[in-house]
Amino acid sequence: MAQPILKPVERQSKNVGSPKERIEDLRFLRGKGIYVDDVKKQDVLHVSILRSPIAHGLIKNIQTDEAKKLSGVVAILTAKDIIDHCGSVPLIPIRLHHNPILDPYKQPVIANEKVRFVGEAIALVVAKTPAIAEDAMGLIELDIESLEVASDIETALKNEVKLFSDPKGNSPLTYRSKKGNAQLVFDNAAYTRKEKFVIQRISAMTMETRGVLAEWKAESQELFVFGAAKVPFWNRASLAQMLNLDKNSVQLIENDVGGSFGARGEFYTEDFLIPFIAKTLGVTVKWIEDRLEHLTSMNQARDCDAEVEIACDREGRILGFRGHMHYDLGAYPRTNGLVAPRNITQFLTGPYKVDNVDLSCDIVFTNKTPSGTLRAPGRFESNFFCERLLELAAKDLGLDPVEIRRKNVLTPKDMPFPFPTISPSLIEHTADTECDSGDYRETLERCVKDFKWQELQHLQGQLVDGVYHGLGLSCFIEGGSAGPRENAKLRLEKDGLITFSVGSTSVGQGVETVLTQIAADELDLDMTQIVMLHGSTTLLNEGWGSYHSRSTVMGGSAVTNATDLFKEEIRVRASAVLRCDPSQIHVSAGVASSSQGGSVTWNELVSSSPIEVMGTFASHHHTYAYGCAAAHVSVDPKTGRIKVLDYLVVEDVGRAINPLTVHGQLVGGTVQGMSGTLLEHIVHDEQGQLLTGSLADYLIATATDFPSIRAVVLEQYPSPLNPLGAKGAGEGGTICVGGAIGNAVANALSSLNIEPTTLPLSPLRVWEMIHET
Amino acid sequence: MQVKMTVNGKLFESDLAPRINLADCLRHEMDLTGTHVACEHGVCGACTVLVNGDAVRSCLMLAVQANGQSVVTVEGLSSDAELSALQASFRKHNALQCGFCTPGFITTAHALLTQEPNCDEDRIREVLSGNLCRCTGYVPIIQAVLDARVAYQQMGVK
Repeated sequence: MAQPILKPVERQSKNVGSPKERIEDLRFLRGKGIYVDDVKKQDVLHVSILRSPIAHGLIKNIQTDEAKKLSGVVAILTAKDIIDHCGSVPLIPIRLHHNPILDPYKQPVIANEKVRFVGEAIALVVAKTPAIAEDAMGLIELDIESLEVASDIETALKNEVKLFSDPKGNSPLTYRSKKGNAQLVFDNAAYTRKEKFVIQRISAMTMETRGVLAEWKAESQELFVFGAAKVPFWNRASLAQMLNLDKNSVQLIENDVGGSFGARGEFYTEDFLIPFIAKTLGVTVKWIEDRLEHLTSMNQARDCDAEVEIACDREGRILGFRGHMHYDLGAYPRTNGLVAPRNITQFLTGPYKVDNVDLSCDIVFTNKTPSGTLRAPGRFESNFFCERLLELAAKDLGLDPVEIRRKNVLTPKDMPFPFPTISPSLIEHTADTECDSGDYRETLERCVKDFKWQELQHLQGQLVDGVYHGLGLSCFIEGGSAGPRENAKLRLEKDGLITFSVGSTSVGQGVETVLTQIAADELDLDMTQIVMLHGSTTLLNEGWGSYHSRSTVMGGSAVTNATDLFKEEIRVRASAVLRCDPSQIHVSAGVASSSQGGSVTWNELVSSSPIEVMGTFASHHHTYAYGCAAAHVSVDPKTGRIKVLDYLVVEDVGRAINPLTVHGQLVGGTVQGMSGTLLEHIVHDEQGQLLTGSLADYLIATATDFPSIRAVVLEQYPSPLNPLGAKGAGEGGTICVGGAIGNAVANALSSLNIEPTTLPLSPLRVWEMIHET
Repeated sequence: MQVKMTVNGKLFESDLAPRINLADCLRHEMDLTGTHVACEHGVCGACTVLVNGDAVRSCLMLAVQANGQSVVTVEGLSSDAELSALQASFRKHNALQCGFCTPGFITTAHALLTQEPNCDEDRIREVLSGNLCRCTGYVPIIQAVLDARVAYQQMGVK
């Protein structure tokens, strides 16, 4: 069992647990946020990137003479220039779950001889203005010989179209999760059911597009890169290695970031290319992605299929899951493409007590934009599979949807409850993980009660005023708090200024406010007395950033460690002044006082030298927040349109540092999940051409789509794994939406015997399902 | 082309290339970077500014078309001293996370509440449906605008 790392301490909570208004808002609301395109520099050059217009082909010639003649063009670079400087074209490294099998599949930072998706970078135009760069781009003549295209899983698996020369073909890696003896229980189970599922490709669609501003300082031979997000320290190390520079001469600066959702802030080709131009030409240079580039070159997600089977006893207790899945990663594995296929395999059983599992998932490369993590990676998908199968089992066995979940969710006596072991898992501590604490019945019961589930049962499956009504449930777990550690430096200056520098990054989630709340309570100070800096590599030697719902738990715990060390140092210094033992010193707001009498202010203690301490928090135990969602939908059989009439999600997060921001994460995550369930769809044709290349074609939720969303945050079971008692909670709202809406639609249309198994549940798909019956 | 306009109450005069849109002009010629560009095709609303009091997408308007007009950006609706009633309501309701779409929501909502201080929730949703937000799920934004109505109603009375 995972042991508590620190003893639970009675900590002050003037700020923690209170819905504090956010510090960040004061600049954002006034238009004073500084996002990457707002950073001011002198003599900035601009880059336009020529991208492949076809999905698969051999580059025969890139004719740039005419483009170079255009006034204002400074340089045009291709793979050849990068080879001249670097010896070869660097490859995008794999940040999470690296496996050497994938080395031959890594993305070159610029297409070299071959293109594998529409949008792959081919040439870089550097010019005095963005307009001239774009004009010049139009003058480049590109000669590409088309190759046959594999634009979907089925085609790619035939291996007739080979994206890579590696003999393992288009599907070189399979994840497998195992627990108990699935074969045995399936051979003997009273009930089994197998279904096929498909989930569409979608985009994180951050409101701010990506951007990079790179500045080469010739005198000091230093490179400054602005626009870093999410994981700047890892990206700095990668960039320094690719440019053959010392890590300490490369600084990544985190500005305000207009959303990440997993996609923004990973190390992309442009994160090498723009700094490469800056260093090679000795200039300051900027690239701001436009929305079409965003849709063709930023990581996409989901896009998988599954054939999964459930086994139950006659009473509806789950005996096992087994099955096989495919995950379409697009053309390359990129930095974190392996997370979703891995999660889909390990976490399909979600919040349920399942002892026998045998699931596998092939990763598949196709001629489409590469894939990466998107809020709830693999978790949204597998929740849909699991919850739909459970609903079908309930129906087949004549059980109530609440009852079958009640029978199967984890309870305190089941804890700790291990997930299946995943393989391959080459990195220590990553093959096994377990649910540590909580009573999953509580969120289910609370959700059912607050939703008035029983009172609404008379509507289940009924046709009222021309629309069918349906109710659906989905229970979920949310993994968070990825290790290995996080750092927080605390400095008390001679002038009394208290500054924290943390490795966590802000991607809009309110990390400045949340970590300041923690720091203020620990130091018994007002929040306004503390400055919380984060993310940039200039602040710390090592940081880990924000992903896997980790910034509050890992960064916040590092902050508490820093304040503990700080108070120790105050005691030591005060004891010398007050001539007593450090243990006799009591530290409170700005003052150290001795139990023997006498006191000294913190400021007096730093009059000759400031205090600087480095806090850290290390853990490789993931936290698991958990919850339940209920949906009430109507389905119009004439148009296929689904309306979400009411939706409630309940999640137990252990401890809510800021209830206002946790609630915001839950509601925002829910709507993003709903958008991905009902509206969003990245569509490529058979030639791998993107058909949804603007925000007019790619629909995301607007203010009129989902007005009735409610969320409840519970704190019944604090995490035993960190001093805050918090569990990572930025993705739970998203995870359960497909399952809850899918089940509600199935129940609405039960009289027509329709069982949704494919997303999105667009009006056209729903209409077709109704009219096929 | 010679252009003369009022921006946040100050006269702006410049010789601009005809192809520069108003958003780029505000951001790069006047350093008013609170106006954000997120789609450049008029769908997302992040670049919304007020032109003679109406909410307008500055990415779809050429700067030269603003000649002789009065333009107000999010900076023009802000003071360093304190948040406006609308901004304070956004903050209270946690109606922003990453903040990138926020200036467009503030300008759009300000135009709506100025012109229709008694608008109901459906009307607010309808008008704000032209602005995309990826973080909040819109629920707190609608609450914030509903809550801010009273301040605009009182302004109307004065």
